[in-house]
Amino acid sequence: MKYIDYVQLNPFQKFGYNFKEFFKALPRNLKKFFCMIGRFFKNLFLGIGKGFAGYFSRFVKGDWATKLSYIVMGVGNAAKGQIIKGLLFLVIELAYIYFMISFGGYYLSKFGTLGTELRHMETINGKHVTVPGDNSMLILLYGVLTIVVTVLFFVVYIASTKSAYKAQQTVAAGEKPASFKSELKDLFDNKFHVTLLAFPTTTIAVFTILPLIFMILIAFTNYDASHMPPGSLFTWVGMSNFADIFKITGGGASGAASKGATFLELTKWTIIWAIFATVLNYILGMVVALMINKKGIKLKSLWRTLFVVTVAVPQFVSLLLMNQMLAVDGAVNVLLVNVLHWAPEPIAFLNSTPLLARVTVIVVNCWVGIPYTILITSGILMNIPADLYESATIDGAGPVKSFFKITLPYMLFVTTPYLITSFIGNINNFNVIYLLSNGGPNTSQLYQAGYTDLLVTWLFKLTMNSQDYDLAAAVGILVFIVCATLSLITFNLTKSAKDEEAFS
Amino acid sequence: MIKSYKFRRVLANTFIYILLGGLGLIWISPLVYLVLHSFRAEGLASVSYLIPKTFSFQNYIDLFTDTASLNFPRWFLNTFIVAIFSCIISTLAVLMVSYSFSRLRFKARRPMINIGMILGMFPGFMTMIAIYYLLKAMGLTQTLVALVICYSAGAGLGYQISKGFFDTIPRALDEAATIDGATRNQIFWKIILPMSKPIVVYTILTAFIGPWTDFILAKIIMGDKVDNYTVAIGLQKMVSMEFFTTHFKRFLAGSVIVAVPITILFLKLQTYYVEGVTAGGVKG
Repeated sequence: MKYIDYVQLNPFQKFGYNFKEFFKALPRNLKKFFCMIGRFFKNLFLGIGKGFAGYFSRFVKGDWATKLSYIVMGVGNAAKGQIIKGLLFLVIELAYIYFMISFGGYYLSKFGTLGTELRHMETINGKHVTVPGDNSMLILLYGVLTIVVTVLFFVVYIASTKSAYKAQQTVAAGEKPASFKSELKDLFDNKFHVTLLAFPTTTIAVFTILPLIFMILIAFTNYDASHMPPGSLFTWVGMSNFADIFKITGGGASGAASKGATFLELTKWTIIWAIFATVLNYILGMVVALMINKKGIKLKSLWRTLFVVTVAVPQFVSLLLMNQMLAVDGAVNVLLVNVLHWAPEPIAFLNSTPLLARVTVIVVNCWVGIPYTILITSGILMNIPADLYESATIDGAGPVKSFFKITLPYMLFVTTPYLITSFIGNINNFNVIYLLSNGGPNTSQLYQAGYTDLLVTWLFKLTMNSQDYDLAAAVGILVFIVCATLSLITFNLTKSAKDEEAFS
Repeated sequence: MIKSYKFRRVLANTFIYILLGGLGLIWISPLVYLVLHSFRAEGLASVSYLIPKTFSFQNYIDLFTDTASLNFPRWFLNTFIVAIFSCIISTLAVLMVSYSFSRLRFKARRPMINIGMILGMFPGFMTMIAIYYLLKAMGLTQTLVALVICYSAGAGLGYQISKGFFDTIPRALDEAATIDGATRNQIFWKIILPMSKPIVVYTILTAFIGPWTDFILAKIIMGDKVDNYTVAIGLQKMVSMEFFTTHFKRFLAGSVIVAVPITILFLKLQTYYVEGVTAGGVKG
């Protein structure tokens, strides 16, 4: 379609066209995406190769001190007069060697098997002693820690060889190498980013990246209730946890619910939940926002505040309250039975049938989510050119027709990325389900889950209640893959939106 | 003709007023119920009518004085201490990261931003178990220090909003200062920070509010050490089976105490919140 044809379409057709084009372009974009990953790895390996080439060429071109500093870090710098810097490098190297001998080496050597020696009794000099044996969990955790420390040390090591060579070159050029003081000063000017980022990067590496690697590795072990350290060991099992998840048929031994069937059921419900929660909140929230912002409606800020207050109240307060109000003797049942006499007897909203519980959590989620949409969309709604509505009214369109023909297409066009992010947010909507229904009504049909459990709350229950760490980690990885793919699509959409001006 | 048009508009507006009134009632009534029943004097957990018959401050007084089984003042103090420390550390971390990513140019900048984006896509509590064992290995579980670490360690990843703000400050200012001989350190403290007061205030307040509303992480770390609970898990404990009948009204009172300041702060800061959510999330 040529641009001129596109411009003549009405907004709704334009959206349909964009929608179709998006899916038509999807294979191409996916291909591009995989090419991007390929390129990333290619560049990575090329970069590493180049790094090594530089590493060796510096060695060949270096003088004796530079060459020596490939083994004893810091010698090159010290020989050129940068004594403090050289000493610092040396201290780092000694610290690393001490770390490996006293701590890291042991855990790294056991990393391949995750421990072989069970806790057992032994007789030493006639006394019975409990030998603690290996602890697979600690071996894995400290093994990952050792690897992270080694990578960091390697970075410092490469930097030290570079620094030694640079000092050599400066001296060869007849200049004095930078003094320690001036290099320290540089940390607050040209290298200020090193100073600023050192602390946040370290904490993120230790408390986010390290645990993440640990949990990803757990997905490839058999760390569950029957393999709990320190009493017993666990070990690498490859992909068998993922195989468990995708094995739909065949339950456990004693007719218990199978993990695969549970995963399938919860995935279905998670998708249904995410679609309903996102679409209902979006459309209804926009309708309310339109009503508040309509010309001639007074007390706009009062109406807005009325809704927005529910966003402001901490979620754990409002959801725990809702949970109590929906109980059999809670306020909602009091209203229905004793005050309005609409229901003959109290209704167990969250604990009777799966369908009722699911509808209830979706409705309550509307109560939670609609104010968010009002908050986010109000500003954008005000930007829709008023003459669009005026001409629509002149052409005889009623409010409903204008909503579906003007507002919705416009908003969809502008806020698609927001929609996708809120869809991801709903897939991961832990709070609403956990605090409101805690996954109930419970059932033995599902493995460690209730009918309103999402994948993320199931993950939580697997780790907290049944100690199926391996399964939980595998589920976490799958959720991550889905969310990451959706995020990348959003990212592409926002990027493409920047050079597209179809609606302005 | 004109009359009928006017009539239709009035009719439409009346209809909208009624609809908004009804919806507003539905939205606000749980909160009104919360406040009303926190002052309820009679009855135990639940009563068979909606509006309390007698009002008193007894629930609030009990909450702070009857500390035998559940120590709310202690929890309040805990949360306050954790909030202060994690607020200081995470504000610094956020500002440092966002300034580096916004103003400084270095080789690792792009890769670091990308890694940060990918890290944000993992379900947050997937790592909680590992963090728990890490803290256990350090001997820190069930302590307030552990909470401070958890709330502030990853704070650097939440740099987007303040980076967006820093991006709007013209770079010409930096350049002029550099020509005058200012170092980047001085530019950060003397030019960028004073110009970014609103975003600094926003960062401080959100970091301070965090510990009051977080729930899952605190629960995993504290386990059964009731003395070191924060208000959020403490309040959840009050509605657990064990304490529900005796403590439900105190739960309502405690919720009001926590929710009112946070609600007021949020209403003041909502523009920043909207900017934060829509930044990168909305086109155009």
